[in-house]
Amino acid sequence: MGKEETQFDKTKPSVNSNGYRVVGTRPIRPDGIEKVTGRANFGADCNLPGMLTGCIVRSPHAHAKILSIDTSKAMKLAGVKAVVTAADFPELSPKHRGAGESPVSFRDMSRNIMARDKALYDGHAVAAVAATTPAIAQAAAALIEVKYKVLPHVLDAREAMKPKAPVLHDDIFTKGVDPKPSKASNVAQRYEFSLGDIDAGFASADVTVEHDFTSQCVHQGYIEPHACVASTTEDGMATVWASSQGQFMVRNYCATVCGMDISKIRVLPAEIGGGFGGKTVVYLEPIAILLSKKSGKPIKIVMNREDVFRATGPTSGGHAWVRIGAKKDGTMVAGELVMEYEAGAFPGSPVHLGCMTGFAPYTIANSKSVGFDVVVNRPKAAAYRAPGAPIAAFAVESAIDILAKKLEMDPIALREKNAAREGTQAAYGPKFQKIGFIETLEAAKNHPHYSIPLGPNQGRGVASGFWFNIGGESSAAVHVNEDGTVDVVTANPDIGGSRASMGIMAAEVLGIDVSRVKPIVADTASSAYSMLTGGSRVTFAVGQAVCLACDQVVAQLCERAAKIWDIEVSDVEWLAGSAVNRKSGKAGSLSLAEIANVAGKTGGPISGQSSSDVQGAGPGFGTHICDVEVDPETGRTTVIRYTAIQDVGTAIHPSYVEGQLQGGAAQGVGWALNEEYIYDDLGRLQNGGFLDYRVPVASDLPMIDTVLVEVPNPNHRFGVRGVGEVPIVPPLAAVANAVSAAAGTRMADLPISPPKLLAAMDAK
Amino acid sequence: MTQIQFTAPTSVKAAVRCLAEGGKNPKVLAGGTDLLVQLRAGRVKPSTIVDIKKIPELKQIKAEKGGFRIGAAVAGAELSAHPGVKKAWPGLVEGFDLIGSTQIQGRASLGGNLCNGSPAADSVPALIAAGATCKIAGPKGTREANVETIVIGPGKTSLKKGEFIVSFFLPKRPRRSGDAYLRLIPRTEMDIAVVGAGVSLSIDSKGVCTDARVSLGAVAPTPLLVKAGAKALIGTKVDDAALAALAAAASAACKPIDDKRGTIVYRTKVAGVLARRAALIALDRAKGK
Amino acid sequence: MAKHHVNTTINGDPVEFLCDTEQTLLDCLRDELGLTGSKEGCSSGDCGACSVTVDGRLVCSCLVLGIEADGCEIGTIEGVANGDELHPLQKHFLKEAALQCGICTPGFIVAAKSMLALNPDPSESEMRYWLAGNLCRCTGYDKIIKAVTNAAAEMRGE
Repeated sequence: MGKEETQFDKTKPSVNSNGYRVVGTRPIRPDGIEKVTGRANFGADCNLPGMLTGCIVRSPHAHAKILSIDTSKAMKLAGVKAVVTAADFPELSPKHRGAGESPVSFRDMSRNIMARDKALYDGHAVAAVAATTPAIAQAAAALIEVKYKVLPHVLDAREAMKPKAPVLHDDIFTKGVDPKPSKASNVAQRYEFSLGDIDAGFASADVTVEHDFTSQCVHQGYIEPHACVASTTEDGMATVWASSQGQFMVRNYCATVCGMDISKIRVLPAEIGGGFGGKTVVYLEPIAILLSKKSGKPIKIVMNREDVFRATGPTSGGHAWVRIGAKKDGTMVAGELVMEYEAGAFPGSPVHLGCMTGFAPYTIANSKSVGFDVVVNRPKAAAYRAPGAPIAAFAVESAIDILAKKLEMDPIALREKNAAREGTQAAYGPKFQKIGFIETLEAAKNHPHYSIPLGPNQGRGVASGFWFNIGGESSAAVHVNEDGTVDVVTANPDIGGSRASMGIMAAEVLGIDVSRVKPIVADTASSAYSMLTGGSRVTFAVGQAVCLACDQVVAQLCERAAKIWDIEVSDVEWLAGSAVNRKSGKAGSLSLAEIANVAGKTGGPISGQSSSDVQGAGPGFGTHICDVEVDPETGRTTVIRYTAIQDVGTAIHPSYVEGQLQGGAAQGVGWALNEEYIYDDLGRLQNGGFLDYRVPVASDLPMIDTVLVEVPNPNHRFGVRGVGEVPIVPPLAAVANAVSAAAGTRMADLPISPPKLLAAMDAK
Repeated sequence: MTQIQFTAPTSVKAAVRCLAEGGKNPKVLAGGTDLLVQLRAGRVKPSTIVDIKKIPELKQIKAEKGGFRIGAAVAGAELSAHPGVKKAWPGLVEGFDLIGSTQIQGRASLGGNLCNGSPAADSVPALIAAGATCKIAGPKGTREANVETIVIGPGKTSLKKGEFIVSFFLPKRPRRSGDAYLRLIPRTEMDIAVVGAGVSLSIDSKGVCTDARVSLGAVAPTPLLVKAGAKALIGTKVDDAALAALAAAASAACKPIDDKRGTIVYRTKVAGVLARRAALIALDRAKGK
Repeated sequence: MAKHHVNTTINGDPVEFLCDTEQTLLDCLRDELGLTGSKEGCSSGDCGACSVTVDGRLVCSCLVLGIEADGCEIGTIEGVANGDELHPLQKHFLKEAALQCGICTPGFIVAAKSMLALNPDPSESEMRYWLAGNLCRCTGYDKIIKAVTNAAAEMRGE
């Protein structure tokens, strides 16, 4: 391939305007050529000799007791090699819980992977079969006889909270309420985050607005269905090839769910065809391991698109009631938020994250956010890009729009007046360090988009959004090769250009050309542990690990230079990719390559390795502007202009940062206008495909302009903040505020589909 | 494991025989954009698949009696590339072109879109508005039928066992004629019509409508021919009053359902809106605009 | 019934394979021939990740039976680059960062290539409608449109 594509543009000055040599440039991503030529291997692209195909039997009922499973007919079919049901999985106790931001219950995870006693949603796996061909596996799946007793079901959070609602689990007693309830219910937990005195706050307000908002369950919609291959051997070892958001996550979850030692599982990461949080859990891998154990053959399981929609990771639908009190001058003095999120079949909606993020962009002295985590007969919610935050922001940012109209204030000016800044106490706990929210508002106000005149039936909406971003356990190894090229080994899947950013950061620290750095995504046997890809943590935290490992390499390079020059290492300085001799009267330098060439004679291989729990993630804020045009006779909405502005800390590879903003905005537009899970009266999913689950297509969207505001995170070598999640927080309200302005009526129920909008306009 | 037989006859006569001898549930394959989806989902279990695309007559577009004869297996992209049909029947070509993506257009056929029996098929209201007929081959020979008589319910057609559609005939266009098809979908592409409306009309030298046909899709168990809609236009200059009457007639003709794609109230109202808008486009085309 | 013996041409090379009636062309490319560059995102023609050309016409290979490929010329992503020389679309997809996860990329490149063969200078709107059958969930399409625009300009010699 042409060399110019892979090389850092040498025409650039040695240091760019941001003060860096490589950070902030836009080299071609290291895995790019494989991905544009069809060579890259994704989850479904792995094939092994003698491999069998696994097929999952799924419940057709939303809620049913499993009376019996008869697999005898399936096993008699020629070509069928193994069947598994929940009976093949170890029983886990409720104490089996993982650590982390939202601790997982492995007992629930096991029961979500394979229903035990009860099927809890349409599509819930109840059995699996492996056979020599896909056709035989499907035929065998149809021969597995499952007897069900159908139970009443419930899909909506508020319905599920009613006293007479069907109860999904007899062991859920609402946590977070005092006294502890004696009766089981669908409310898994109540959360509350408070600051100040909201009664006093509202009493001091000149103006109060309140509104109720609803949003529907939506799916991440990654284009690659879940897929894996598992191969076990007689000594109890398992090798798994999987597309996921964390090879170590897959290893740990499989070990617990299958009752295996972690060291007996090796996970090789496939390229991942989109995740957005939805691939932070496992569905197929433990089943494939057990089928492989039983059959003695490698097993491949690939979901079809309908399985993906019916049985994997949507995020919650939910209700949000919000009230905001303000002074006449726009100072917000009190805010209250009450939300109910649908967790799906097991506890664990992101409602607490919604509570923590809703008011986070603002300095409000008195606020209270209450959230209820409610189980319903839908697939278990998985993370989706800033989990929980978009729903809360939809409510709060819509209410601020209502408040701005009531106060006759510009919506950006109102936000500026109340914007969180360095030192602001957030209701969820911390005081903010250096943040760039106000800078995004200023950029929005000054953006040409904000003053383009609107035509008939057009409306403009503004909304902001916040996400924490996280750090976490991260590892990186940096190996200097004999010719002076450098391997950078990390263990997080490249979900959107992370190889490129790791390479850039390593090149920056080492002072070499980025084309000399080879970023590698390693399997679980080839790297120290790294937490999964989530929370917008990889460029920040794994990037920090890369920098620390490069520091070690630099230290060794200096030592080697000192040895070669026979001087004290304190007299050696690393400058622009070379060791420089600072000892007076003995000027000279040795490049990284020159030192690497002779490493064998100066002490052996040069490498660095960093493993730590990286702290200090910088919160991210964004502000979006959206223009729409509505058709007053049909209720159709067209997005005609869109601008996404975000404080990104420092953009390591600006193209991929812009891409995060554009992609998040597009997903948010889909969420706002068309995407939703639609069930029939029996609780069966009606739109489990890309035909009727309507993600935005190319002709639905305009170009999406971006502004990267750079307020560096003081806790990162280069000022990195996570950027991937913030951009899906503002769009729901930005679109809804725009449509509400164009239609002249408040749209508070997502998605704003044409029938809904036409009905609202007709009712005006 | 029972195998599905496959055959690709090269004449209409041979295709009729293949269907007769094709076991319990022979299925005709044209573009396959519906059949393959149903096959993969397990919704159809054919004994034999009869690919009719190797029959020359099924893939031809030719002039006939001042109109056009279009093979039932002609793909959307092929029809769109035919300048003669596009000039005479722009509404029909646009209606067909709305079905699915570019990729779907490379395969989907007029015959398949009709025989799939969907009330929401985009090419069917335009065909009905055009007054198109179709040539049907079967064990008892061939027959011609009006397009509006083919679909008799969701997924059901009036074709008898062993019959398939060979071609469509679009009649000669009088001077000063125009047609149009519009549909409402939530996105801009890739959706099934929530409502579809096709209008074909002719005017005289004074601008008075002398003939019209109005058809609606996705608002009843079958695509509809709305005679009252035509009546509202004929004899008028297609002015505001006529258009209002057309919209009212279109809405009145609807017998829709509430489903994942739309509501009864919505479909009923929007049917009137789209019929009116389609009539205006057809009128402009009749006037040569 | 025995499997069908299919004679076809893929990316200019003669290829033979065996398939069952119900195997799609996509199944045959991926499972029988190891050409896994065409991806399966939906198997219903709604995502375009499996886009190929059959006798020059852009189609979803999930909606074509393998046996229908008999006697046809098939074009897949594996044939887009000319030896080690990337196609302008591939180069500009890389340059514009028009891919994030990359699963939709082969389909987009095949579809865009087929568009530019018919229409060397498409407007933004023409591009968006031609590519509406190719879903991308990562990029919001912005950089894809820019990449196709730039590739088209390069191919026109501008």
